[in-house]
Amino acid sequence: MSERESITIIDYGLGNLYSVQHALHAVGASARVSSDPSDIATARGLVLPGVGAFGVAMENLRSRGLLEPLVRAVRSGVPCFGICLGLQLLFSVSEEFGAHAGLDMLSGRVVRFPGSVVTPEGAPVKVPHVGWNRVTFTVPEHQDARGAPSPFDGIGDDAFCYFVHSFYAIPNDPRVVAAYAEYASVRFCAAIAHEHLFASQFHPERSGALGLHMLKQFVAYVQSL
Amino acid sequence: MRTVRIIPRLDIKGGNLVKGVRLEGIRVLGKPEEFARQYAEQGADELCYMDVVASLYGRNSLLDIIERTARAIFIPLTVGGGLRTIEDIRTVLRAGADKAAVNTGVVRTPQLIADAAQAFGSSTIVVSIEAMRQRDGHYEAFVDSGRERTGLEVVAWAKRAVALGAGEVMVTSVDRDGTGLGYDLELVRSVANAVPVPVIASGGAGNPAHVHAVITEGHADAVGVASLLHYHAATSIEVQDAHVNIVEVKRHAAAVSPMDLATLKAYLTAHGVLCRPATTARAYV
Repeated sequence: MSERESITIIDYGLGNLYSVQHALHAVGASARVSSDPSDIATARGLVLPGVGAFGVAMENLRSRGLLEPLVRAVRSGVPCFGICLGLQLLFSVSEEFGAHAGLDMLSGRVVRFPGSVVTPEGAPVKVPHVGWNRVTFTVPEHQDARGAPSPFDGIGDDAFCYFVHSFYAIPNDPRVVAAYAEYASVRFCAAIAHEHLFASQFHPERSGALGLHMLKQFVAYVQSL
Repeated sequence: MRTVRIIPRLDIKGGNLVKGVRLEGIRVLGKPEEFARQYAEQGADELCYMDVVASLYGRNSLLDIIERTARAIFIPLTVGGGLRTIEDIRTVLRAGADKAAVNTGVVRTPQLIADAAQAFGSSTIVVSIEAMRQRDGHYEAFVDSGRERTGLEVVAWAKRAVALGAGEVMVTSVDRDGTGLGYDLELVRSVANAVPVPVIASGGAGNPAHVHAVITEGHADAVGVASLLHYHAATSIEVQDAHVNIVEVKRHAAAVSPMDLATLKAYLTAHGVLCRPATTARAYV
């Protein structure tokens, strides 16, 4: 991929940007980490990473002038993959530390896992949810108009991915949900696929070979446009 | 049912994988990257590198190992040992670690936990506690590889560390480490039940039943394993420049029945513990 055609990993001060970059390089993509709005405007594909607090993330995106270029790029058809907090930010509102407005690209809200669930042996189920968990991929009803495969296509049963999060998203339209997982007695949205907008609550760059496979499919999707 | 993580813990000294008994009596086993790669292929859920002798020379070779690992292995990596400042933590995170494990540094300066959680996020900070059982049945936290006492009671310290912003707590039994006699279940459960964040148990696994027990009875959310895996892996990995005779090592840790990670996970799954199956680790290679 040439410079003009690369994937931009959005740097807004939060998140494990370099592990995402290493993972994209490992699957043969040219990916740059950038906080420059023009790198968002010219990217062929975007990755929105994120680890940390929702409110801080939104404030960082806003104060660095990245919020509008991001929304504009996605609205104009640039494929985007959100990771972890990056999935949550796509929604309307989060209940973390009060109520914070998100990017509102998808309608829905973000809420916290319950804190008092206990296993049958009496062991407390901890928050944050840290570790691998079984992910069940559904077939989204919203397919891309060209029928191009999403990053989550063709993943069979018995898929395990790596999670680190205390909050999860509840989309208003269940058709955007590409995968479910279960934790603390909650069946929650583990991945999103809506037209050219994709996101995972888990970290594909930390989910071993399966995660790399999904990133590779996202890169293929970007290159197919 | 929660999914439990199995985390091979590699103690590193001067660029080599080492293993001691009760945190001393170090023996060299080989090159960390080779063990790490094998464990990742066999289904390790995370990896943990602990720098056993943290000196300036040692730190550079550790950073090289972290960088090489981060480019090849796409599962979470925790690094600890001698991290005393925000800059130390930033350096290992930049090199490719996902999480930093801190012990001595935060016992001396508890505020470091809060500062690091603020700078890098709580989820990147693991407070590591080395615990020794006292005569009265309580557990005291130790620093400097189990050599220096702190006067801190373990459960109280764990709660304080979490209140300051620690994302996870790793509890190592100094008494059990390397012995193969099993985890200290009472120690682990007391911490696991006391803090709202995940607790990683470390120190003592000699056979898979020990790992099973620390999960079901100890309430551990994740389990660090060292001798149990290293002594098996060392028999198949070419050991160059090693100043050790594997037979000699086994004499020190006679209670350890070495096995590979896939066999360990199969045992756990067969006995009702949910963990990521080792087979899926290879599915998309």
